[in-house]
Amino acid sequence: MLKTFPIGGIHPSESKISKDCRIEPMPLPAMVTIPLSQHIGTPSEAIVVKGDRVLTGQLIGRSSGFVSSNVHSSVTGTVMAVDTFVDQGGMRRPCITIQTEPDEWVPGIDLSGNVVRECNLSPAEIIAKVAAAGVVGMGGATFPTHVKLTVPTGKKAEYLIINGVECEPYLTDDYRVMMERGEEVLVGVSILARAIGVDRIMVGIENNKPDAIKHLAQLAPEIDSRIEVVPLKVCYPQGSEKHLIAALTGRQVPSGGLPIDVGAIVQNVGTALAVYEAVQKNKPLIERVVTVTGQSLVRQANLKVRIGTSVTDLIEYCGGLPADTGKVVAGGPMMGRAMARLDVPVVKGMSAVLVIPDESARRQSEQLCVRCGKCVSACPMGLEPYLLSKMVRKAMWNGAEAHNITDCIECGSCSWTCLSALPLLDYIRVGKAEVMRRIRARKGR
Amino acid sequence: MDKRLVVSPSPHVHGSLTTPRVMLDVVLALLPALAVSTWIFGWRVLGVTFVSVACCVVFEYLIQRFMLKGPLTISNWSAVVTGMLLAFNLPVSIPLWMVAVGALVAIGVGKMTFGGLGKNPFNPALVGRVFMLFSFPVAMTTFPQLADAATGATPLSAIKGALASGMTVHEALATVNWSYSDLLVGFKSGSFGEVSAIALVLGFVWLLVRRVITWHIPVYVLGTIIIFTGILWGVNPDAYMSPIFHILTGGALLGAIFMATDYVTSPMTHGGMLIYSIGIGVITVLIRIWGQYPEGMSFAILIMNSVVPLIDKYVRPRRFGAVRKAKA
Repeated sequence: MLKTFPIGGIHPSESKISKDCRIEPMPLPAMVTIPLSQHIGTPSEAIVVKGDRVLTGQLIGRSSGFVSSNVHSSVTGTVMAVDTFVDQGGMRRPCITIQTEPDEWVPGIDLSGNVVRECNLSPAEIIAKVAAAGVVGMGGATFPTHVKLTVPTGKKAEYLIINGVECEPYLTDDYRVMMERGEEVLVGVSILARAIGVDRIMVGIENNKPDAIKHLAQLAPEIDSRIEVVPLKVCYPQGSEKHLIAALTGRQVPSGGLPIDVGAIVQNVGTALAVYEAVQKNKPLIERVVTVTGQSLVRQANLKVRIGTSVTDLIEYCGGLPADTGKVVAGGPMMGRAMARLDVPVVKGMSAVLVIPDESARRQSEQLCVRCGKCVSACPMGLEPYLLSKMVRKAMWNGAEAHNITDCIECGSCSWTCLSALPLLDYIRVGKAEVMRRIRARKGR
Repeated sequence: MDKRLVVSPSPHVHGSLTTPRVMLDVVLALLPALAVSTWIFGWRVLGVTFVSVACCVVFEYLIQRFMLKGPLTISNWSAVVTGMLLAFNLPVSIPLWMVAVGALVAIGVGKMTFGGLGKNPFNPALVGRVFMLFSFPVAMTTFPQLADAATGATPLSAIKGALASGMTVHEALATVNWSYSDLLVGFKSGSFGEVSAIALVLGFVWLLVRRVITWHIPVYVLGTIIIFTGILWGVNPDAYMSPIFHILTGGALLGAIFMATDYVTSPMTHGGMLIYSIGIGVITVLIRIWGQYPEGMSFAILIMNSVVPLIDKYVRPRRFGAVRKAKA
């Protein structure tokens, strides 16, 4: 029996149509727009001004607090503006735009292809290097990695869990990284374990990627014998931190708690690669692998993209936006965000650009709830989505709180499974925000 | 890029199951039983089914169009399912006008008075069926004579009568002309949709494969019947029939697979399903063995339907991470 998490879950069509496309470097764009806030926490502060010449890998935005992250120039060129841009959701955000010239790297960055396995740095030195390189969670949450590696006093880390699940349909960037950069990923994993001082290391990969499981399982013993590659039963949302921990260790993060409460620290495979590059190669996080995919797209690709490259450039590189496009999603189809505009930059947490044709971009019309109970069975948190959505519609905030609306991880399983196409998660999101606001107000008083 | 894009919150994909598709799957799952019944009881089976389905669909249409003046939902196939299930619960010889009356009660009273699909507290087909049982008791309990059968009594009523007259199980079984294999295939008298155990189980497999229902309710209901009757049979096999007899007769399989699992009138959580199913099983056996009627499945389901809102209020699903947060 393959392991998986204990409650709920769904199995959406996998649609990994770009899985055989090797990672290819995307040509340098003419211009990059680098947002100063690509992470959870306070935005970084610009340390360059218009007219400055910057090198590839040079620090241009300095971390402005503990939960914050450095931002580096992903290209060589001239700073055209330190200004704002309108992001995919229509919000103005601070950014630095740079006109690109041929690459000239900051001295000290190791650009050679040879893999450096040896690492004798102390945990503090590793964490400092990770922080300096601006590494954040690459799975999409973009939580600054150095913060995650700093175990709070009174807590003890027992497990390092590496997330190679990639349970979202369509996404293949983590899969390609595991296949093509497997050795570096595992060295990164070993460094992460060293930083937090744990001996139990597990890499969770869903069983629909048998070659990735085999590849990493073969490499692991020679890099770090403590690394255990664990195949998991395919079940969405296994890539959720809490559910991956439960699948691998059987421990459930308590409601309202953090992974460290059960002794676990979870890092994505892409993050492990970024950590490897930061620590062993002195290379800051200035590029990432982005899956560009969609049934109607001329060509599928897994592109190595400089941070700040416009999504428009990515789509043009893959044959242009198909005429029948209805929706473009940043990320996977279950939890990604629909983009209102495409002239926005690739950021550290953007794993994919998914093009959806018009006929499947629109929602089906809502019908009456037939009480089938499928949302209850599907919810991986053991909530009652039908009931929560009704409570939110009736503004029953206390009831929604009593029914644990704040536990919702917004995975979308309820909406996906609903026979009547009810927008259950839409209501739950609204309710969750309102209930959390009320809880904060109550605590403030 | 001037392209106007659709923007909506996630998820951006949806599963392939929808209400009409699920209802169609239930119709498909009922077809094997319909085929076997037609083979055993003749073409009138199809006539009764057609009248029942047609009346349910037409009544739902008329009520929505002229009384509720709301959106039409007959295209979701749910009225077809109600019509088929109502027909399956009738004797083949039932006069067709009675079928029409039953359909009117099932759709009109059982479903539309509450607001239509999703709002009805009771299984509409069973509301129609029980109404007919009380209104037309003779027509509803006159079953066809099969082959060289001495009476048209159903196995349940024949055995119940024989046991009530003081016979032992062994003597009672000597008075009937069917074997257990007949019960399995369907050569017995009864409501025409309930006779073939094999065909009904085939339908169950289809519903499971298509993920229309889960195994929980049917297995819990039948399991409860088996355990309850098994205890009685184990204590006194001369006075009580075996669990196999109870599973293969009456509406046990049709009820457990197709009626108790009705989405609208069954609980939402697995824990709730367990309570509901045990209730159905226990009440069925109580009625069969100590009640006035030979069969109690319909009543048991309707009674437990009425408890569902209460079950849903108090039985909550197992929650992820439902432990007290350790104080740091």
